[in-house]
Amino acid sequence: MVRRFRWLAPLATLALVVGACTTTTTDGKTVTVIGTWTDAEQEAFLAMVAPWEAETGFTVKYQGTRSINDILAAGVPTGVLPDLAGLPGPGQMAEYAAAGALQPLDDVLDVATYESETASGLTSLGKVDGKTYGVFVKASVKGLIWYNPSLHEYGPSTPATWDELTAMGAANQGSADSLWCLGIESGDASGWPATDWIENILLRQAGPEVYNDWWAGNIPWTDPAIKTAFETYMEVVDNSYGGGTNAVATKFDLAGDPLFTSPPGCALFQQASFITGLGAFADATAGTDYNAFPFPAFNEQYANAVEGAGDLFGMFHATDAAKSLMKYLVTAEAQDIWVARGGALSANKNATSYPDEISTTMGGMIANAEALVFDASDQMPSAMNAAFWSHMVSLTSGSETVDEALDALQEVADDAYAQ
Amino acid sequence: MADKLITAAIVVVGVPAVLVGYIWATEQVLRVLPEGRKPRVRPWLWLGPALAFLAVFLIYPMIGTVVRSLQDSSGQNFVGLDNYAWFVGSSDALSALKNNVLWLVFLTLGVVALGLLVAVLVDRVRYETIAKSVIFVPLAISMVAASVIWLYMYQYKPEGAIQTGTLNAAIGVFGAGPVPWLQVQEFSVNTFMLILVMTWMWTGFAMVIISAALKGINPELMEAARVDGATEWQVFRGIVFPLLVPTLVVVSTTMIITALKAFDIVFTMTSGQLNTNVIANLMYSEMFKFGQYGRASAIAVVLLLAIVPIMFFNIGRFRQQEAVR
Repeated sequence: MVRRFRWLAPLATLALVVGACTTTTTDGKTVTVIGTWTDAEQEAFLAMVAPWEAETGFTVKYQGTRSINDILAAGVPTGVLPDLAGLPGPGQMAEYAAAGALQPLDDVLDVATYESETASGLTSLGKVDGKTYGVFVKASVKGLIWYNPSLHEYGPSTPATWDELTAMGAANQGSADSLWCLGIESGDASGWPATDWIENILLRQAGPEVYNDWWAGNIPWTDPAIKTAFETYMEVVDNSYGGGTNAVATKFDLAGDPLFTSPPGCALFQQASFITGLGAFADATAGTDYNAFPFPAFNEQYANAVEGAGDLFGMFHATDAAKSLMKYLVTAEAQDIWVARGGALSANKNATSYPDEISTTMGGMIANAEALVFDASDQMPSAMNAAFWSHMVSLTSGSETVDEALDALQEVADDAYAQ
Repeated sequence: MADKLITAAIVVVGVPAVLVGYIWATEQVLRVLPEGRKPRVRPWLWLGPALAFLAVFLIYPMIGTVVRSLQDSSGQNFVGLDNYAWFVGSSDALSALKNNVLWLVFLTLGVVALGLLVAVLVDRVRYETIAKSVIFVPLAISMVAASVIWLYMYQYKPEGAIQTGTLNAAIGVFGAGPVPWLQVQEFSVNTFMLILVMTWMWTGFAMVIISAALKGINPELMEAARVDGATEWQVFRGIVFPLLVPTLVVVSTTMIITALKAFDIVFTMTSGQLNTNVIANLMYSEMFKFGQYGRASAIAVVLLLAIVPIMFFNIGRFRQQEAVR
């Protein structure tokens, strides 16, 4: 038996070698890109670059992966990197720029035009020591409150404060089982939707300054401001559909689905603008099936603060094709293609081909925000971020108290920020 | 494309050519040696390439890992035993270590006991092959796929909703539950749920090995005992089990090593959250997520030190068995 299949051995070797070669080809005409977009988002990105490919004759080789953090962290010291890549956040961008792996974009882009066309909150996040290393291809607003208008239409008089929201929500809960829907499961990033909750609460309770000091490690986790935000979150957990246990067991993209069941599982659901492309939202119609309003203020002073996130894009190899693609991606022409498909907001103020009114409003929030802050957990050292996720899971499942979680997080912080 | 084909052609023709060329060259070298020395030198020359590969891909990285474990995260400065001190002082690391002990004890016990039970039982039925195939199949599934399957088994929906998870649907028939299997930390229930997945996968492996050993036992021994009036239990206890002990030891050591290396299931099902972390997953996080190469290397060294004695024990066992033959 074994002897008969011996001739297969050289063939197997051949297959291995050919396979290895296809992953390392660079011919100057191809731009290798990795990003976190898969499925529908990957299609949208490829549609976005298609006109550029047709015009220039270059091709994009795109690979979508959820482990972009790990790939780049391993790639920067070893030099095995794509030409362009989506970066996890401004913190990592600064790290890669300092390591000399990221190429500055000041000579690649027409910086004056780029800065005039892009929301100022976003352009400043892409800079390290005054040089632009990252640009935003698209953006999202975090902390929107979604609801089903058929249960109750909030209309233009949306709740302005948290107290108003909880009072109005409870009064109009109707047949819904609970006030909130909550789901924080997300594979090896489980817990991030809960960190978004903390961030949105803290930003509006304590303001952007405390918020930025907090993720930078200048405020301890045990600070009363942080503790208050955690306690507010625990109220949400207590009033959520199925409680904390269900939140830990529910995938974030399906967490809002009980809004649409009959009778509804919940009346309100907090998630970023990109939820419209996921779960039951993807098949529902904006305006009639679902609607959204901004996260209400706790403190009037910080009413116009917005937490945004975006796909920060950086260049590792300054090839002609890569530079040309980078130039193209920041234009309104390119970003219009993606935003027209829904689920994304443009970074470029002139790209406004939104498919519905909700998206247009959210796009305006990014462009006009007085204080735009980036996702805090994404800017923490990666060990801190992972611990934040993990303790939010323990806290939500009920296996830790707020004080235990905060003490444990401070212990991690003492180590993570010292590295 | 053309250069790829050329590379492929070089490999297809070149690799065998180099191999044949090497053997031919060694024979040329051997020619000049006196006749008496040849049998002693030849094995070393033939083993040479394998030893070289071993040195480059196993020994060198191993030494590198030990050196790295004494350096800081950047790999620039030596920090003595700081990384090991971190390991001993970190509650996360100790919790992972505790879970690994649970894996080691209960995975090994579960797999060996179930494997033995199934092997002995199916030995007595006509549909043995089918039964064994069914139990062996899970081993052919990738760990990640098995984890995804079991995520569906353990799925949790709030009370009152339709239970889509197999286990909760099953206990729901009797009015119990639902239980969030992967969230229950009392008595490490969630870790045991993960161990169960691995047990399900590896029972087939133990069964096949034990079954083969069982077939090797001389039936006359058992016949003689039965003629002398021994009960089936006495036959098993007095004859079958003692003869199976060497096999059980080999299976057990293999399972201990498997338990120490457990990673895929934990990574896929809980990613080590809610106190289910294990050493291998901790090492992965420290290295690829946090960029702590020094700490990751220290964990690797600890894991290596834990495995080495078992490896030596296993090799010793093999030698003994060979000697008996």
